[in-house]
Amino acid sequence: MFKAIYNWIDERLDITPMWRDIADHEVPEHVNPAHHFSAFVYCFGGLTFFFTVIQILSGMFLTMYYVPDIQNAYYSVDYLQHQVAFGGIVRGLHHWGASLVIVMMFLHALRVFFTGSYKHPREMNWVVGMLLFFVMLGLGFTGYLLPWDNKAYFATKVGIEIASTIPWIGDDIKMLLQGGDTPGAVTLARFFAIHVFFLPGALLTLLAVHFYMIRKQGISGPL
Amino acid sequence: MEKGHDTKEKIVYVGDSRIRKRDRSANVPQDYSSYPGKTEAFVPNFLLKEWMVGVVVLVGFLTLTIAEPAPLGYPADPLNTNFIPMPDWYFLFLYQLLKMPYTSGDYVLLGTIAIPGIAFGAMLLAPWLDRGPERRFYRRPIASSLMIVSLVACTYLTWEAWTHYQEELEKNGIIPEHHERRMMAEEAVKQGKPRPVPGKDTLPAIVAADDPAFTNIIQAQCISCHGTELEGGVGPALRGIGDRMGKEEIAEIITNGRGGMPAYANILTAEEIDQVAEWLAKQKEEAAG
Ligand code: HEC
Ligand code: HEM
Repeated sequence: MFKAIYNWIDERLDITPMWRDIADHEVPEHVNPAHHFSAFVYCFGGLTFFFTVIQILSGMFLTMYYVPDIQNAYYSVDYLQHQVAFGGIVRGLHHWGASLVIVMMFLHALRVFFTGSYKHPREMNWVVGMLLFFVMLGLGFTGYLLPWDNKAYFATKVGIEIASTIPWIGDDIKMLLQGGDTPGAVTLARFFAIHVFFLPGALLTLLAVHFYMIRKQGISGPL
Repeated sequence: MEKGHDTKEKIVYVGDSRIRKRDRSANVPQDYSSYPGKTEAFVPNFLLKEWMVGVVVLVGFLTLTIAEPAPLGYPADPLNTNFIPMPDWYFLFLYQLLKMPYTSGDYVLLGTIAIPGIAFGAMLLAPWLDRGPERRFYRRPIASSLMIVSLVACTYLTWEAWTHYQEELEKNGIIPEHHERRMMAEEAVKQGKPRPVPGKDTLPAIVAADDPAFTNIIQAQCISCHGTELEGGVGPALRGIGDRMGKEEIAEIITNGRGGMPAYANILTAEEIDQVAEWLAKQKEEAAG
């Protein structure tokens, strides 16, 4: 039955090479923790991806209740956390996951650094990795404002103040992020847009490039 | 897939632009035969094991989210001047850097641009700064020690920022809002009351609103600060005050004042104060129904 459906689609779209390309590769011994326990350091990239997926899924559920305006944002988060079934868990996943994804990404970058895996021919993938790092930090910064409590408000205020001290472009950055003289309704709307559309778009694009390069180049060899 | 005058094609399109069918040998798996040891197929063997580890991680993570609910303080109040701003922990090293003597004030650009710029710039360009053929970290002493020094510095700055924050809280006797809020919610739930939602707490109604103590004295003297419906303003809400204090205590505050609350000893007679205090003491949630 499934085979028939698969064949029907494959005949039309030639899908076999697509998934075979992802699935069909060997995992060499030196990165396999089943053979050498210390190879667990090679799992940090996969774990980062795992948490990234959790962030994206929990975030999608959060937007079902979250209201990005200054009158309602706080109360929508409060309602979500206490009144919606499993809302507390979904918010918890997204909140703590935001920290864990940073930790995992950090450990992954350290693994790549200390095994010298960023060297020829993987220079470009290292740069893409660093860009992923910045995108993640941006997601953390913009997401922090969204619950619109005092902690969110004042941290963002200070963060934008710091950005505005950059010579020449500082004031423009401030205006772009804040949309006014003090953080307010426009700031929240912008941070929401950046947090759920702009940065995830950049993140997914960079991840696609990251994974494509890993497949193309293979994992770096044993030390 | 490539079209042609292939009789097997059900429909032949003119000017067909479908992709050429590629030779499947282009997808041969990566050859790791030059690597020592045993390789393992990614799908399904390795992925299955990874997924099992992933499930354990997921269960642990779910347990954490249930044990430790995500924090939420009080609604943002831009006029609040006492709040100690605190970024999320992974920004603390940058935040603390700006408090160092040579990276703040006149030298703030060193803290906002120069040091982070050099650090992140070096990270971004690491493959071109460290170009030698050696991969082992102990054979790349410069790169590795720079990284270790940066790690120690970041850890120190983060720790410093955090302890400083804790000291500030202690010095000013501040309980972080999300803790305070959670404790209050737990307290209310324990007493069988609904979970309070900050800023949306409903005050009890006014009890005995036709009493002359209210219509003659309070409405003349007190509502400018405590609100026309006693819902609070400059001074706190007085509805439900009877739950918090008794008649004597209220009379004492009215007579002698307290903080921003003026003394009424010379404005109202002792009898009037007595009537007002008695009326206020009656403002209980229970009596309001
Ligand atoms: C100038 C503004 C002002 C006026 C007028 C005023 N109050 Fe107050 N009142 C305050 C402030 C401010 C406080 C809080 C004092 C503090 O922080 O200790 C307060 C506190 C109180 C409290 C204690 C409430 C609590 O929850 O601790 C009572 C009772 C009270 N006022 C009664 C009155 C009465 C009765 C009148 C009229 C006779 C009155 N006030 C008029 C400003 C005012
Ligand atoms: C969203 C964040 C990221 C995800 C999901 C991710 C995922 C992965 C995965 C799954 C691998 C395969 C090897 C492994 O698991 O260790 C990998 C390899 C690699 N990553 Fe990342 N990564 C991320 C961020 C980064 C960062 C921040 C850097 C460094 C700046 C980086 C640099 C690299 C490099 C150079 C490789 C190739 C390593 C080798 O061949 O040994 N990545 N990444």
